[in-house]
Amino acid sequence: MSALLQVRELSRHYGLRVGCEDVSFELHPGELLCIVGESGSGKSTLLNTVAAQLSPSSGSVRYRQRSGHWLELGALSEADRRRLAREEWGFVTQNPRDGLRLNVSAGANVAERLMALGMRNYSQLRHIARGWLERVEIDPSRIDDAPTSFSGGMQQRLQIARTLVTQPRLVFMDEPTAGLDVSVQARILDLLRRLVNELGLAAVMVTHDLAVARLLAARTIVMQGGRVVETGLTDQILDDPQHPYTQLLVSSVLTT
Amino acid sequence: MTTTHFAYNFAFLDEDTKRMLRRALLKAVAIPGYQVPFGSREMPLPYGWGTGGIQVTAALLGPDDVLKVIDQGADDTTNAVNIRRFFSRIAGVATTEHTADATLIQTRHRIPETSLREDQILVFQVPEPEPLRTLEPREAETRTLHALADYGLMHVKLYEDIAQYGHIATSYDYPVLVDGRFLTSPSPIPKFDNPKLDRSPALMLFGAGREKRLYAIPPYTQVQSLAFEDHPFEIQHWEHQCELCGSGESYLDEVVVDDRGTRMFVCSDTDFCSGRRLEAQA
Repeated sequence: MSALLQVRELSRHYGLRVGCEDVSFELHPGELLCIVGESGSGKSTLLNTVAAQLSPSSGSVRYRQRSGHWLELGALSEADRRRLAREEWGFVTQNPRDGLRLNVSAGANVAERLMALGMRNYSQLRHIARGWLERVEIDPSRIDDAPTSFSGGMQQRLQIARTLVTQPRLVFMDEPTAGLDVSVQARILDLLRRLVNELGLAAVMVTHDLAVARLLAARTIVMQGGRVVETGLTDQILDDPQHPYTQLLVSSVLTT
Repeated sequence: MTTTHFAYNFAFLDEDTKRMLRRALLKAVAIPGYQVPFGSREMPLPYGWGTGGIQVTAALLGPDDVLKVIDQGADDTTNAVNIRRFFSRIAGVATTEHTADATLIQTRHRIPETSLREDQILVFQVPEPEPLRTLEPREAETRTLHALADYGLMHVKLYEDIAQYGHIATSYDYPVLVDGRFLTSPSPIPKFDNPKLDRSPALMLFGAGREKRLYAIPPYTQVQSLAFEDHPFEIQHWEHQCELCGSGESYLDEVVVDDRGTRMFVCSDTDFCSGRRLEAQA
């Protein structure tokens, strides 16, 4: 099966400082890849560069469209980049307040991407929005409530619904469970795992939490100082870490 | 022509400023609905009172023009009286209250009921030219959205209306798509007037003084009010008729006439109303 996303020797610098350096990986349809590493290791820079929200300093990112045609993201016009982000991709931010439109109702948040794709039938939009609220375990009767009246965990689930409603092929997630308490985290991870399986979507997820990687990802990339220090099957990396930094990461997880 | 104030240039603005305005207006007419930036000047009235409209009018006025100024449909309210008197003193042009006699009509928040002609120009005063502003505060972003014709966001607002009130409750400044391309604010006219924008024989110019933007709807341009398939665009309807002229098809104002809450409904377009009353007497 051919890959969905190809990242080749990707680097992103901030002036003289290194964001990420010489990163290569491939992502296949239906695969969930985790990028782990400590704070400041370049995880988010890598994610944003791959998602074409930052322009790379060198290297390339290629994406295979629904049509089977390969796109070179660096050569994409702003209009095409936005079309891609709207029609084939999704992005879930760490803080749901960054990804949601807080001054409109939950239903409008879910329906926005559908309207951007040209859907102009109100009852149909309502119907789909209700269905998605249910799917992410939000009471559909709260469809007209403002997201500000939701708890942090609900807001994050709303953001997931809003992102997945257009059935994207590829989703980028930047620490979607950070800042939530453990029981809420567990529910969201459970939900994500279910949805990823149901929809067969590919995802790149950034996390500093190794347990999240263990739970969701088949493959994991470990980063330190902007570079990839280890990559492989998640279980292999967590059970038999080779690189000293990975060994440190694994050993610093609290066990009960 | 009576030029009573020799201390000022004809129609207040200097000729270079008028040229700048005319160039911006030509560009606006060439790209229907596109907001053209211009160097807005200080005018002798406060922002929000029509500084944009008054500059457009000043750039267009010639000695032979006949000017009409309306505010919420009326010729006799403060804003209308002041602007009309300003131009009659500073440019010495003839003024009128009759829509049919005017060559240039500056308006705040209404389009006259009387149909306009090809030889007339309507100038709108615009407080906020950007229809997406309440949804997207960043100017750089709204400009990008216009450039890419990415207007799904506007429907979020209409969606919210239906979700909260059961129908599209936006009743004025109702967003339109001009010439199938640019999302445009029609200025705060009631949506009752939106159909008059579509393929109007008269040129329509819009000036926003504080926001420093001009835009235009050229004659016979298609203007479409946004809506949902299952919630189509609708204009206001009244169960009343005008109590002065009996009109059942004009835009009505509700006026409280005493302190016991008695109300009457009258035409908002004073010229239209008095014309009908004269006709009825004759």
